[in-house]
Amino acid sequence: MQIHKYDTVIVGAGGAGMRAAIESTKRSRTAVLTKLYPTRSHTGAAQGGMAAALANVEEDNWEWHTFDTIKGGDYLVDQDAAEILAKEAIDAVLDLEKMGLPFGRTPKGEIDQRRFGGHTRNHGEAPVRRACYSGDRTGHMILQTLYQNCVKEGVEFFNEFYVLDQLVVEEDGVKKSAGVVAYELATGEIHVFQAKSVIYASGGTGKFFKVTSNAHTLTGDGQAACYRRGLPLEDMEFFQFHPTGIWRMGILLTEGARGEGGILRNKDGERFMEKYAPVMKDLASRDVVSRSIYTEIREGRGCGPEGDHVYLDLTHLPPEQLDAKLPDITEFARTYLGIEPYTDPIPIQPTAHYAMGGIPTNVEGEVLADNTTVVPGLYAAGEVACVSVHGANRLGTNSLLDINVFGRRSGIAAAEYSAKHDFVELPENPAQMVEDQVERLLTSTGTERVATLRLELQECMDANVMVFRTEQTIKTAVDKIAELRERYLNVSVQDKGKRFNTDLLEAIELGNLLDLAEVMATSALARKESRGGHYREDFPNRDDVNFMRHTMAYREVSADGTESIRLDYKPVVQTRYQPMERKY
Amino acid sequence: MATPTLDKVEAESAASPYITVTLRIRRFNPEVSDEAQWQDFRIEIDPKERVLDALHKVKWDIDGTLTFRRSCAHGICGSDAMRINGKNRLACKTLIKDVNPEKPITVEAIKGLTVLKDLVVDMDPFFQAYRDVMPFLITKGNEPTRERLQSPEDRERFDDTTKCILCAACTSSCPVFWNDGQYFGPAAIVNAHRFIFDSRDEGGEQRLEILNDRDGVWRCRTTFNCTDACPRGIEVTKAIQEVKRALITRRF
Repeated sequence: MQIHKYDTVIVGAGGAGMRAAIESTKRSRTAVLTKLYPTRSHTGAAQGGMAAALANVEEDNWEWHTFDTIKGGDYLVDQDAAEILAKEAIDAVLDLEKMGLPFGRTPKGEIDQRRFGGHTRNHGEAPVRRACYSGDRTGHMILQTLYQNCVKEGVEFFNEFYVLDQLVVEEDGVKKSAGVVAYELATGEIHVFQAKSVIYASGGTGKFFKVTSNAHTLTGDGQAACYRRGLPLEDMEFFQFHPTGIWRMGILLTEGARGEGGILRNKDGERFMEKYAPVMKDLASRDVVSRSIYTEIREGRGCGPEGDHVYLDLTHLPPEQLDAKLPDITEFARTYLGIEPYTDPIPIQPTAHYAMGGIPTNVEGEVLADNTTVVPGLYAAGEVACVSVHGANRLGTNSLLDINVFGRRSGIAAAEYSAKHDFVELPENPAQMVEDQVERLLTSTGTERVATLRLELQECMDANVMVFRTEQTIKTAVDKIAELRERYLNVSVQDKGKRFNTDLLEAIELGNLLDLAEVMATSALARKESRGGHYREDFPNRDDVNFMRHTMAYREVSADGTESIRLDYKPVVQTRYQPMERKY
Repeated sequence: MATPTLDKVEAESAASPYITVTLRIRRFNPEVSDEAQWQDFRIEIDPKERVLDALHKVKWDIDGTLTFRRSCAHGICGSDAMRINGKNRLACKTLIKDVNPEKPITVEAIKGLTVLKDLVVDMDPFFQAYRDVMPFLITKGNEPTRERLQSPEDRERFDDTTKCILCAACTSSCPVFWNDGQYFGPAAIVNAHRFIFDSRDEGGEQRLEILNDRDGVWRCRTTFNCTDACPRGIEVTKAIQEVKRALITRRF
């Protein structure tokens, strides 16, 4: 075991982690621990754009953006945070441009903007062009630009280091962060990083679904590490299903395709979104579009022999426009489906895409130990966190924005904290939990296979807690997850070595997914209303009286060692927007 | 307007799609043996699936020790460049049906970088070459309050080389790089090109001097392996030629 000391440790090197690193490296001795090489992070898969009311191509302002974000989140958004997001969006985009990001340009040479779902002019009148983009590679350009600037700033990376434990120490009844424990993939060695401040920026947890746009590596490691140490997870029942994933594969086809004029059609060729969202049509918010697609499918208007998908039709758009604005997604259709999008519509279905919930933070990125108490020295930003700027449903282009605004904020705040505070003493045997976990898996002679359990989990989640949920389906999921967690104790790995043991890491990642799936299903069961991405057929209406509040889930361990989940609730921060009926 | 239909794809999906294929994988694990060896695995797979799916079937169902990098699984993250039937490709962008599944499909690590285990190579020299070309925008003061202006034509000038995902398929397909790891290699030059031809950048001269080095662009023998290997369709050789021309004319 090695022990390292840094002022600031950042966990994850996607957009949020690298944006934070650029700030914190200037201000404090910083290490970035990442389980992938930084440029492999899933920020790079984001396509359509980053929202900011630059008003380069038409009238717009950040207040309209704030309203759209709050309405898009079905009034579960903390409104103070949404104001910061929308207001700081403008500088966040300009900062990236100055760092070198190659945005698409208007004829005048300014940053070009396009339409996106749920972004409107004057509180819902019509779609507005707010998304700054670079073809359909906006996430790729953000990831590359941030990495380039990390190179420029000399950011110190520990590549292929998996953070498996968050060290939490109680001093005078206050929970404090002492550092993290990481597993080095290349050698199997365990490293303790003592740090004055730690920022989680480790991304989402979409791999507990089968049909998902998420990378294989998005297994909720950061959320799980904090949750296991008694820290809460907020709003985990809210998961976004992006309307247009490639049928059966789940690969993302950007909402920008509809922003450019693409249309969703059922088997009769009908533009069905006109029925569900008369004003915004195909550019309604993602939860609304995904429900509409499944309604079409359930009512027998889905396409194909099994009627299990609909079409994204781009055939009326000029090929030059597709080549210039949507080059990657049209290539995905050609590569993976053998379809030519110039002439044929693309079969799509909703795909598990984004966790609105996560580690609760305030607007400085400080992690909360309960509804109000901050964990000194602990920060989170990006998809792993829940500020909450996305509430019950995130608007497209607001996540690339989130990682930049709150990545930057947490990087500055963590480095400033490091400058003013001393190290918290490490607990005795700081690596104990990780050493035990690794040892147990390597020596297990159990008969369960990781891949089998993971597939059963994914199929269960797809079937029971996806776009439509009921008490019955969620209970089915809760029971199945409990069974899988039991069987997980009997899991073994074939690779017993120290060198690049991805077999072992997949087993650990499965453990994280199981814990988080349980939190998600349990939180969903208790939320007896429909709001944003959480739709209960048995409670189809939003219930502001009982449920306009955030879920806070805590892991409890009783004296005899049995684990359970305790649910609590946290009020939504409201500034000036009263909840209204949500129509598009 | 005609109603779009999609009979072709759906007719195909009706019949049972699975076929049996042999994956012939170059295995190496110094914890077990100093020698690398070929190992065959037979799996059932839909030919429309990816080589990455085939590797997962081996790892998940047959042999958990098989080791490779992967993440996004759709050609964006650049983790899974490998030699498939002797050609550098991304395993997640290569469909089984496109690599002649009648015969054993060979899979081995990319060349020119040290193999650490099975299909995993040491990427550090590759990223070092990238860092050496100063892959970031260099400007000299006078920042505007708003964005810098750039015409759509100027933006288009370097669009091709912005697509790079640093997968190393190009660099590890280059015979010059195989013989001399000191050569910067195509990927680093592509990333230098991305800035040299960006109208906002003012560091072109510095980068050109770096690439004027004996291990720089002049080592390129225009074999076009890199262009063939690029999973993003970047015209890599053309980009290298443009950098060479800029070095001669000092115009870019």
